[in-house]
Amino acid sequence: MSAHAEEIHDHAVGIPTFVKVWVALLVLTGIEVFLAYEQVPTMIMLTALVGLSVIKAALIIAYFMHLKFERFSLFLTLFPMLVFCILLMLIFLGDATRIPVMRPPS
Amino acid sequence: MSSQATAPVSVWEGGQSPYATNSKKFGMWLFIISDALTFSALLFAYTYCRVANPDWPKPFEFTPAIIFSSIMTFALLTSSLTMVMAVHSMNAGNRGATARWIVATMIAGGTFVALHLTEWLKLINEEHVTPFQNPWGVPLFGATFFSITGLHMTHVVVGIIYLGIICQAVVRGKFKAEDVEVAGLYWHFVDLVWMFVFPLVYLMSARVN
Repeated sequence: MSAHAEEIHDHAVGIPTFVKVWVALLVLTGIEVFLAYEQVPTMIMLTALVGLSVIKAALIIAYFMHLKFERFSLFLTLFPMLVFCILLMLIFLGDATRIPVMRPPS
Repeated sequence: MSSQATAPVSVWEGGQSPYATNSKKFGMWLFIISDALTFSALLFAYTYCRVANPDWPKPFEFTPAIIFSSIMTFALLTSSLTMVMAVHSMNAGNRGATARWIVATMIAGGTFVALHLTEWLKLINEEHVTPFQNPWGVPLFGATFFSITGLHMTHVVVGIIYLGIICQAVVRGKFKAEDVEVAGLYWHFVDLVWMFVFPLVYLMSARVN
């Protein structure tokens, strides 16, 4: 039963899917480069770039790294920890925005 | 009907693989997740310094530096596509095509390293950037730039060596489809890290004249 299900999954991702994902990644990269050309303010730029990069990372993980077609328990074992650790680090990012304001005028 | 008669057995009871993957693949996933933490810590430290210093250097002019690094991104993205094709042909049992796709992946990865080293040498020799100082101000720029891109480039070089070993084994009729797939996982991860390094390190420091 499970072997049959895996066979169906293997047929679900073919060469057209890979090429589509590749094109999507190129387009998202193009948007990022365009943002750099437009010289957006730092924090907006940072948010937009990280957001677009997370979408690209999700595409690579889901299709190229095949995680979409693995058991969901593998995803649950690996990724909540990573997201949690990154969010813990991000707590300190607020400090970084305050430092330039706190610096004594020279 | 028969499944209702017996109590459902959990996959965690033992005797079967709970993730329905082989142990090599699971091991590579564990490595990738821990390596992802290393890179996220480095990138977070960089982002912190970048936001805390409004006068952070912007050494990358849109032409040629950003165009140059966009070409590097294109090379790495394309190598991911060829790697997927290698895994796909290995699953179909075509070893010749697999070896050719892996060689294509190695060439694209090699192009990336060559372009990246060209850029490093330009920064070191012409702009006189070191990890401790640079001509534009905030001295931390060199330290963060060289450590993040250097660690990433090390991963690419290790990946090329890894793929070379896999490739010669595939040609000699050794290794199974899962070994190529595990190598592919590593290669895609290297590509994935660059998807964060490129915007954060290059595009955040782009200068348009």
